[in-house]
Order: sequence, then C-alpha cells, then structure tokens
Amino acid sequence: MSDARDTRTTLAADRRALLRGAGGLLAVLLAPGVTLYAMGGAEAEARAPGEAVSPKVRWGLLIDVNACPADCDACVAACRTENGWADTGHKATDPHWIRKVSVRDPASGAAREVPVMCQHCASAPCVDVCPTGASFRRADGIVLVDRHICIGCRYCIMACPYKARTLVHEPVHDQTADAPRGKGTVEGCTLCAPRIDAGRLPACVEACAAKGGAMLFGDLNDPNSAIAKAVAARAPARIRADLRLDPGVGYRGL
Amino acid sequence: MAKLAFQTLDDHSTPFWALIAVHVALVAAGLGAALYMEENGHIVTGMNNQIVWGLPHVFAVFLIVAASGALNVASVSSVFNRLAYKPYARLSGLLAIALLIGGLAVLVLDLGRPDRLLVAMTTYNFKSIFAWNIYLYSGFVVIVAAYLFSMMDRQAAKSAAFGKAMGWLAFGWRLVLTTGTGSIFGFLIAREAYDAAILAPLFIAASFLYGLAFTVLVLLTMSRETRDELMPEEMLGKFRGLLVIFALAVLYFTAVQHVTKLYSAAHQGVELFLLRDGGIFPLIFWLGQIGIGTVLPLALLAFAPRGTKGRLAIELASALFLIGGLAQLYVIIIGGQAFPLALFPGMEVSSPALDGAVGRYVPALPELLLGASGVSMAMLIVALALRLMPFLPKAPAGAVSANAAPDQGLGGSDPMPSGRAL
Repeated sequence: MSDARDTRTTLAADRRALLRGAGGLLAVLLAPGVTLYAMGGAEAEARAPGEAVSPKVRWGLLIDVNACPADCDACVAACRTENGWADTGHKATDPHWIRKVSVRDPASGAAREVPVMCQHCASAPCVDVCPTGASFRRADGIVLVDRHICIGCRYCIMACPYKARTLVHEPVHDQTADAPRGKGTVEGCTLCAPRIDAGRLPACVEACAAKGGAMLFGDLNDPNSAIAKAVAARAPARIRADLRLDPGVGYRGL
Repeated sequence: MAKLAFQTLDDHSTPFWALIAVHVALVAAGLGAALYMEENGHIVTGMNNQIVWGLPHVFAVFLIVAASGALNVASVSSVFNRLAYKPYARLSGLLAIALLIGGLAVLVLDLGRPDRLLVAMTTYNFKSIFAWNIYLYSGFVVIVAAYLFSMMDRQAAKSAAFGKAMGWLAFGWRLVLTTGTGSIFGFLIAREAYDAAILAPLFIAASFLYGLAFTVLVLLTMSRETRDELMPEEMLGKFRGLLVIFALAVLYFTAVQHVTKLYSAAHQGVELFLLRDGGIFPLIFWLGQIGIGTVLPLALLAFAPRGTKGRLAIELASALFLIGGLAQLYVIIIGGQAFPLALFPGMEVSSPALDGAVGRYVPALPELLLGASGVSMAMLIVALALRLMPFLPKAPAGAVSANAAPDQGLGGSDPMPSGRAL
C-alpha cells in the first residue's frame, strides 16, 4: 500500500519535474512578461486517499488579465471538457462554470477580457445562505456544492456577487466521473478539486499555460509557492473587493 | 359577560360549492404543474440563471407574509385586549395557519429537488436565514395551533392566563417570522435592490395589510354563505380604518426604502431601473402597486358610503390591496434580480453568461398555476376547517355591539375603540 503510494508520489514528482521543465522551456520561448504565470503549475501536492484536506493549504488563482487575449477561450473549453458541461441551446439557462467577461471602461475606452469563475471566497455568501449546508467550503479553501443535499432552492445564486453559480435546468447526460451534475441542483467551478487532490493543475490553468499562461495556481499559504510570492510582491486586485469576501482568486491588470 | 357563540358550516350554497370546485381545480392544476416541472426541470418555466426566483416565489412570499398578518385580529383581541375583535380570533388563527401552509407548499414544490424536502428538514446550516425560517415557520404553526387550542378547548379557555400567554407568544413569533422573511432579501449583500435592513419592517407593514385584507374577504364571503351578519357595521368601520392605516404604513416604508437608495450614487442605477427605466417593472410598481394597489383602494375606502353600504367598497379595496401586494413582491423579487449584478461597478460588461444584461423573464403557465394553487390550497384548508370545527362567529353583532362605541368608519377618530368594558 505504502509502496504504491510512494510510487505514485514519485511519479507525481516526476510529472512535476517534467512540467516544471516544460514550463521553463515555454518561459524562454514566450514573451518574458507572461513567463511568470506559466510556471505556477506544479504547486499542487497529491493527497493520499483517505488523507484529510488540510486547512494549512489555501488554494488560489492569480490571473493576469493583460496576458489574456480576447480571442482565446482555452480555459473555458478545457473546463467544459473536464467537467462535462455544454451549451444547452437555451442561452439564459446555459451552465457557466467559467466565462470570459468583456469589460470596457466607458471613460477611457480601455477594454479587457476577464475570466470569471467561482472566486472561492473565505467568507462565501453562498455558504452562509445555504439552508442545508450543501454549499460548503473545504478546509483548503475550495468552495463546493454537495449535490447529495442540494435541494435546488437557488438562494446561493441569489447571494453570489460573482454570478458564479447556475442551476441545472434540464436533465443531463454523459456526465464525467469526477464532476457529477444533476437536474435541479446548483453547480459551479470546483477549482477541479479532484485534479488538485491528485496533484494536478485545474484544467483551465493547464490549458491556459499551453497557450502562454495568464493563470497562476498554487497554495496561497505557502510562502515559497510562486503564487504566494507573486501576491506578496504586488497585491492583486479582487472583483468586488468592497464586499471583503476574501476571494481566493486575484487579478492583475484589472 | 356575554358569551360568544360560534358555528360550523353545515351545508353549502351552490355558489360556495362552485368556489370550492374552482379551488380544487386550481390545486390539482398546481400539483400537476409541480410534477411537470419536477419531471422536465426548470427549463419548462420562465425562470433562468438570471431570474432564479420567479412567480412561485412571488406567491409563496406573498402568502407567508399574509399569514403572519392574518393573525392580527387575534393578537388585537388578546394581546391588546380589544374584545370587539374576540369573535374573529379563531378565524384569524386558522387563516394564519392556512395561508402559511399554502405559501410553504408553493415554496417547496418550486425547489429544484422537491423530493429532498426531508433533507431540508433534517440537515441545517444555522448561519442561513432560510434554515432559521424553517424553524420560524414550523414554530408558527405549532404556536398558533396551541393558541387556537387555548381559545377553543373548553377547559383551556377557562384559563385567561394561558390564552393571554399564547397570544403574546404568537404575536412575538409572527413579528420575528416576518422579520425573517424580509431578511431573506435584506441579507443579500450582492444585489443592489436588496441588502437593506428596511426590508424587514417593510415586510411587517405589508403583512398587516395583506393579512387583514384576506381576513376581511373571508369574513365577507362567509357572511354571504351563512347569511349571518359576521361583520356588523361597527366592525366594518374598524376594519376600514385599520386597512387605511396599514396601507399608509406600507406606502411610508416603500417611500423610505426607495428614497434612501436614490440618495446614494451607488444605488441610483437600480432605483432608476425599478422606478423609471426598467420597462415592465416601473409599470408594475406605479400602476400595480401604487395605483391599483394603494391609491385606488384608499380612495374607495375614503369615499365609500359609511356603514353597511360601504361593505362592497371594503371588499373591493381588500381585493385591490392583495393585487397591489402581488405587484409589490413582483417588483421586489423579480425586478431586484432583473437588474444586472455589478461585478465591475462603473464598467460596461458583456459575456456569454449575460453579464451586464437586464434579466429577461416571462412567467410560464406552470409557474402561474403552481403559485395560484397556493392561495387555493389555503382557502380549501379554511373551508374544510370551518366545516369541521367552530371557527366562525355566530351573529357577533349581538355579542359585542352593546358595549362597543358605534364606529363612524374612516371618519371615526379611533380605529380600534376599546372593548374593555365588555
């Protein structure tokens, strides 16, 4: 058992080394301004089966909006594939675990494309208002919906300032093993918790890295992680910072 | 002390049976609609990811708010010792329970997973105002039932202290309950139309109005059915005065709510949307809530003839107040969601998820049937209870009018003349 775990850890470590190497190569090849973000990758430590999620970890994302081209939707496409959601043909009820929001300043005309997903708030309003506790925050900061006790009251959708959650309005088929979905329940970005638990990157971050990398993922609580260093060097912007929800997702260039 | 007499409904007139048939048909249609929504998902409704709470919530909140207000008459009689209201206390308690059950049924049947009701009742997150409400609602039913017991049980009714205690408890509970209902919206920090503590007192004022309007309508319908004068002239005057006061209170809180928000630059957008630019919502607000639901019934009450000739005007005004209540909750609930969430205040935004766009909502038939069936469910519960147990007063005129001052309706100086002398 422990041998198997050791093997897995070694493999994961190898993979990480490989990723790091690949990231390094990309770093040399791509514009220097974006390189920082492509390397954020290998932060996730694989969690052994049965091992509890630790509050010592706070998973977070740092997104450089300046490095996010308008015509790229790699993160959205990767999330769809990974989590098995798609357009339904009904625009107003389509699921959106992650979306790109076009933001334009009417005063200056400056425009940005901002990937927005669940911000994994430390003080998450969705968690506060959920009557059954289906909306919950994992010890490592990931905000999730327990599909087994979600009654579909939609109070979390009412409470979320980020429009990050959607109700499944129609029967769903062909779900992926790691992302169960159900008609009548609420869903949203899981930060790819199953991938993180296996020591992998969230699908959006991985896809983004392959395109140049505007997303940095890692443990905000680990001072040695790339994300913690980046955040410490320059405080990121938060969407609706005025609400003081302490989101796990930060932005550069907003 | 004059003994109050009560009656059960023994046989029904043809119009009454017709009314029952309409309610039965509506409840059946509502249950069918709920099954249809459960089977196909919320895609068959007009609700979407922008407007997640639709017409069923408008009806459910309306009924729940009205339920706590329906208890008014009982509270006035036992908490504030106005004995003129005593004959109506039983009906008031019954109506409160029935309206609450009707509202809750709609709320539950509109859930994405109504089959998980048991989960909702056994798994709690105590930080959620919704979870508190589950306790507040079930507690309300239990307390009002005990209150009714204290009034109706021969032994229990002998103890004035027990009745008084239950009356106070029910009165306090109903205030907390409506505060809880208002806070469902008041606690939503993200939505500019909500996030205001005034929603709780506004809902309490609204509950007084809707609850009394329901009570008046039921009493007048039952007067026809029993051919008994259930609302003698003096009570008509009292109820007329109370309706005016409650309607003005709702108007006052509504004005304060909007003016406060208009004053802050951050909230001007949502206010102008609801009051001027939001298409259907300003129309429903000004025409529905203010025009048809407030000004018109107030004018009716002011200009209608005094005494029993004003009966029709009071009945009509009550119905209009209820229509106004639905309009009010439509603007609060649907209008509040239709105004786009400001993720990036001051910026122009767009996205495939309809960021920055005004939420579009056209209620679908199943929603309307489900919502309306809540009202019918409440009325059927009342009709059944009236047949089974003596909730209805019997000729209260003789019982109370001897000691109560003749009321001059709206022109009367005291809308709640004391019946202490009784």
